[in-house]
Amino acid sequence: MAVNRRDFLRISGLGTLLGLGSMATQELLPPGKALAQQYLPDGKALKAKRWAMVVDARKCLEKVEQDGCRDCVLACNRVHNIPALPDPKHEVKWIWQERYENTFAGQNHEYAEDALRGKPFLVLCNHCDKPPCVRVCPTQATFKRDDGIVMMDFHRCIGCRYCMAACPYGSRSFNFVDPRKHLDSAATDPKFPTRMKGVVEKCNFCAERLAEGLMPACVEVCKEKALIFGDLEDPGSEVRKVLRSRYSIRRKPELGTHPEIFYVV
Amino acid sequence: MIEKAIVGSRRYYGGLAALLALIGVGFLCYLWQLREGLGITGMSRDVSWGLYIAQFTFFVGVAASAVMVVLPYYLHNYKLFGKITILGEFLAVPAVLMCMLFIVVDMGQPMRVMNVILHPTPNSMMFWDMVSLSGYLLLNIVIGWITLDCERKGIAPPRWVKPLIYLSIPWAVSIHTVTAFLYAGLPGRHLWLTAILAARFLASAFCAGPSLLILLCLIVRKWTRFDPGKEAIQTLAKIVTYTMLLNVFFLLLEVFTGFYSQIPGHMHSFTYLFAGLKEHGHFYGGLIPWMWSSAALAVVAIALLLNPATRRNERTLVVAALAVFASTWIDKGMGLVVGGFIPNMFDTVTEYTPTLLEVGITLMVWGIGATVLTVLYKIAVSVKEEVAA
Amino acid sequence: MYDKGKIFAGLVIFLCVFTSPIWYNVVTGKAAYKPDPKLPVREKQCVAPKETMIASHMTLLDTWRDKVVREGDREYVAWDGKVHSISLSEGCMKCHSDKAAFCDQCHNYVNVSPYCWDCHVEPKEKK
Repeated sequence: MAVNRRDFLRISGLGTLLGLGSMATQELLPPGKALAQQYLPDGKALKAKRWAMVVDARKCLEKVEQDGCRDCVLACNRVHNIPALPDPKHEVKWIWQERYENTFAGQNHEYAEDALRGKPFLVLCNHCDKPPCVRVCPTQATFKRDDGIVMMDFHRCIGCRYCMAACPYGSRSFNFVDPRKHLDSAATDPKFPTRMKGVVEKCNFCAERLAEGLMPACVEVCKEKALIFGDLEDPGSEVRKVLRSRYSIRRKPELGTHPEIFYVV
Repeated sequence: MIEKAIVGSRRYYGGLAALLALIGVGFLCYLWQLREGLGITGMSRDVSWGLYIAQFTFFVGVAASAVMVVLPYYLHNYKLFGKITILGEFLAVPAVLMCMLFIVVDMGQPMRVMNVILHPTPNSMMFWDMVSLSGYLLLNIVIGWITLDCERKGIAPPRWVKPLIYLSIPWAVSIHTVTAFLYAGLPGRHLWLTAILAARFLASAFCAGPSLLILLCLIVRKWTRFDPGKEAIQTLAKIVTYTMLLNVFFLLLEVFTGFYSQIPGHMHSFTYLFAGLKEHGHFYGGLIPWMWSSAALAVVAIALLLNPATRRNERTLVVAALAVFASTWIDKGMGLVVGGFIPNMFDTVTEYTPTLLEVGITLMVWGIGATVLTVLYKIAVSVKEEVAA
Repeated sequence: MYDKGKIFAGLVIFLCVFTSPIWYNVVTGKAAYKPDPKLPVREKQCVAPKETMIASHMTLLDTWRDKVVREGDREYVAWDGKVHSISLSEGCMKCHSDKAAFCDQCHNYVNVSPYCWDCHVEPKEKK
């Protein structure tokens, strides 16, 4: 059988495509029958239409002035196995303290009251209603849940850091190095995974704790009850009560992101 | 036609060997980065994109410039460009390849790159960037190869190539618009949040690319028996002149908007880049020498290009082309990308300096681009020489 | 045939190199063992039948991780009606608690290294 070169290449190319294609198609077939397809949310889970948090800065600042309180930061770091990195450039932080002027950059003036000037404010992911980070993620590794939490899927993140460029609040951290090298293995909480190098992470409103009926770690540990967490769409919730009775501000409101962390100053 | 790539002069083999050595060294650096993570670069939580993405942004522009020779020739029958459309297309191919490689080396989890295709996200500009870059790469490879092959055989290209060529023209504009949209849609980063960013990108692309093309044409004329044509090079020079003027003009427009309105967000990044920022008694001005060099190079380039005598003289034209390339490389790369992150979202400054390993990996990608360029140009030039004979 | 000697010598060398994974394992005795994963003592039934788990645990875990993280569903109703809490460290590994004696046995044999444990914390062995 005299096949010329061009036809031979055509036939073998098509044959290879067919072979690879059929292998790939097999992967798309549904899994075996004995693998049931029924999944349920946890019955104990806390539910809300729109989770939000109010930071009562006055209460918080009082305590910080007394004893330099950082309980919420330490609790979050412990529960989520957040590494303590020596190089500030590679810092991973989910909730931390920033100076008043930096937290509300662009919104404040030089004649701020003494009680606020230079004081440490808590900053964390704002879980915006219109999150720019979710808009830009090319793999939907960061996505917005129905209850308002902006989640991270560490399995899917490709580490492109587009979300970090998009976040107007600097809430996101990247694992520049292997976090396990900077974690004390004795202190590692086995319930929550550590992350690997090359993925982005940020506060997740303790979604894994909410699923078990627990409050976020920072909220639970605050002795002053300065962190109020609840459902914004429930008019009877504590967050709504506080927001109704006190003056509150948000970071960079002009950007239209609708952040869900409110500060009562 | 591939056989044209494996037979060449001593200079050709020597050049390829040197490039392969460079790639090898850079590849070792990349293996180190895969093992240790991106912490080996100078990037930080505040400046989360650095040299790699700066190079990506710049070379998308160089890639788009193929359209600068394709458009006049195919849409307006500008015969002088007939000889060099292939050089434009074969410059676009390694440029786009370099863009894609820079993205891959910048990723924290490069093994997961298929996630962008497995989970398409139309609201993400990065998704469309991947689509447009891949499409443009395919278009240029196919168009370049087919037209060259047909030229070698002395026949007209098949009918279906023409629509592809016409498609490549708006597609070239789109790759750069999409890349600009990556930046221009981000709230909070005021250096980038401007409508003119896409126009700036296109203007700097259309002067950086053709200026590199001019240099490559002159090299091709010097080292081979193929002459792209003095008048074709002169037309490219005129294109570079006007696009460079536009590029600088657009930059000045941005400076005016910021400094006349005195709005801090619009000024701070420029202040950092050109004059430095002072904060808590500490002065940050690491990029000042770079930015003023870019400005000086731009002035030199425009002076040489506007003056017809220095534009016609090919020696001074080389200086001008190099100056344009270097000036836009600094401005679009370090200036724009790094500048956008400084000051950060808390209005503080974290500076950025690439590390040696980072430079090594960048040189690896440059080496791969140069190798592909050399091989493709060798094929194109050998075919042209063969046809002329 | 020109260069018959060189060609045959080259072919022999090629075949040796090409089949080296097979004869190397035989010679060094590495192929001689059968993976022997230690089954858990407490529970006798996994979330799915043994054969299904052997064949499809990868697919199951892949589905599970999307269900938990992306959809918030943390409970799995198995084929026998039992409800299990979905978790690698707190679910699967509560029974299969020794990674080296169970998971690694087969994984090492087929030379597969899943990256689960880069992030998920292996339960510590109680010595």
